[in-house]
Amino acid sequence: MSTDQGPGYYSWLPFVTLLRKEILRFWRVASQTLLPPIITALLYLFVFGATLGERLSVLEGFSYAQFVIPGLILMGVINNSFANTSSSLFMSRYLGGIVDLLVTPVSPSQFIMAYTLAAMLRGVLIGSAVWMLSTLFAGLPWQSPWLAILMALLASFLFAQFGLIAAIFAHNFDTLSMYSNFLILPLIYLGGVFYPISILPEPWKKLSFLNPLFYLIDGFRHAILGVGDTSFLLAFGVSGTIALGLFCWAAWLIGKGHRLRT
Amino acid sequence: MYSRGMNALELSHLQKSFAGVPAVRGISLSIRQGEIFGLLGPNGAGKSTVINMIVGVTRIDSGSIRAFGYDNQRDYRMTRRMLGVVHQEVVIDNFFTVDQALKLHAGYYGVKDDPVWRQLLIDRLGLRPHLEKVMLKLSGGLKRRFMIAKAMIHKPQLLILDEPTAGVDVELRHGLWDFIREINRQGTTILLTTHYLEEAEQMCDRIAIMNHGELIALEETHELVRRLSNRRLRLWLESPLEEIPTALTGYRPKLKADGRELLLCLPTGEGAGILLQQLCELGLKVRDIETDQGGLEEVFLQLTGMKGDEDVH
Repeated sequence: MSTDQGPGYYSWLPFVTLLRKEILRFWRVASQTLLPPIITALLYLFVFGATLGERLSVLEGFSYAQFVIPGLILMGVINNSFANTSSSLFMSRYLGGIVDLLVTPVSPSQFIMAYTLAAMLRGVLIGSAVWMLSTLFAGLPWQSPWLAILMALLASFLFAQFGLIAAIFAHNFDTLSMYSNFLILPLIYLGGVFYPISILPEPWKKLSFLNPLFYLIDGFRHAILGVGDTSFLLAFGVSGTIALGLFCWAAWLIGKGHRLRT
Repeated sequence: MYSRGMNALELSHLQKSFAGVPAVRGISLSIRQGEIFGLLGPNGAGKSTVINMIVGVTRIDSGSIRAFGYDNQRDYRMTRRMLGVVHQEVVIDNFFTVDQALKLHAGYYGVKDDPVWRQLLIDRLGLRPHLEKVMLKLSGGLKRRFMIAKAMIHKPQLLILDEPTAGVDVELRHGLWDFIREINRQGTTILLTTHYLEEAEQMCDRIAIMNHGELIALEETHELVRRLSNRRLRLWLESPLEEIPTALTGYRPKLKADGRELLLCLPTGEGAGILLQQLCELGLKVRDIETDQGGLEEVFLQLTGMKGDEDVH
């Protein structure tokens, strides 16, 4: 099938090629991209599932391992979706490889979707691996599995967009790692991965509701356990709005070629 | 897809500034289909900026670019698949081997991998022994060859080469130019920039010279050289000359070999007849005479106001 742009031209091929390249990019260095987050999650599971977890209880009717596992799954999804787009795009900018892409007919929408889907795939792969490993420590009730999948996809989409934006604005590798270490990590840890917000004293409880990560984590846990600190609809609505906002921002930046084209 | 009669590239009043400093000032030129076109100029003249605007890496402030009749902003997908570019800076991607990168690269242009064409490029550019290497393991010359293969993998109608032989040894340079001539004969239009003016003179049908962001010359290569370079005369005299006659001052005379050899430059467009007559009137007896035409390098230095030891080879 060719298009109006002449025989032998396949308008979908630039997108598929870029997607394939982005997937191969993390797959080829799986020991650096896939293995470390799985080992980290395994350590968390061991600490909170097999050791400390037996002495802790934060949510009635559930073991601590059951409480913490949804958060750990989503942490893997978030970190890896962000890492994929941010490192890939930033390295392309830093090493100059982005020029190879800018001179091709890849459109801005194909560019965003290819980077995003590859990042989502990496995030979901890590999330799935963490979940499978977690079954060694505790089973999950999976109250609304489709809603849980929806929240995981939304989280990976949101952080793929954030990764693109961070890669565009980062000046060097230090700036890029600052996004992970000084923004995402604290927001995850303070967003209710390891404890329910309801047990916090004021004003920390109220402040936690300003943390956008809280809504992703709580919505995902709500879908799995059937209980949460806020309603699923609110969690989904806030997360969806943020994701849409970041997507529009990333699309605008890439469409304009901001800091990509001179 | 496009009309055979139209130009491969048309730049119209192209302007670009960086942080308020003009880099390209109202360049207009056309490149005909099937020609080898040289864009020359000293460092910082604006050549790479023009190329980057053509291929879409740099945004245009004003003016327009049409490739094979299509606007490179509005119809960017169409124009970009007709263009192939070898950038001046070596682009490194260490995730893929040479073979994998070539297979992937065609897809970015919306064309399926053509194994026959890919193998041809691999062989002609001497990449076969290096197919399983990543870019970091390639020498400078191999990186250049790989970049040319990548730029050609989608069979572009117009190949743009920005300093393709920079830092490349003589043997490889000759090989690359032979290959470029060959693909040009097969119909690919070539736009190249180079600091090797002798090569540009041999390769290019037409040449444009830029300086300070402006176009200062655009002509058929041989016409440019003929019109703007000086013919030089080397005269062997019967008896040595002690002092250069003042009547010859306008010919920039130089004495050599203890006054037995006289070097003179003919003003642009002037034949040797008047000079020979003057020599007779001065009573100088000429034993032998040799003439040669100045080259592109002389024209380049003259137009750009550069000294001979700057930036050209």
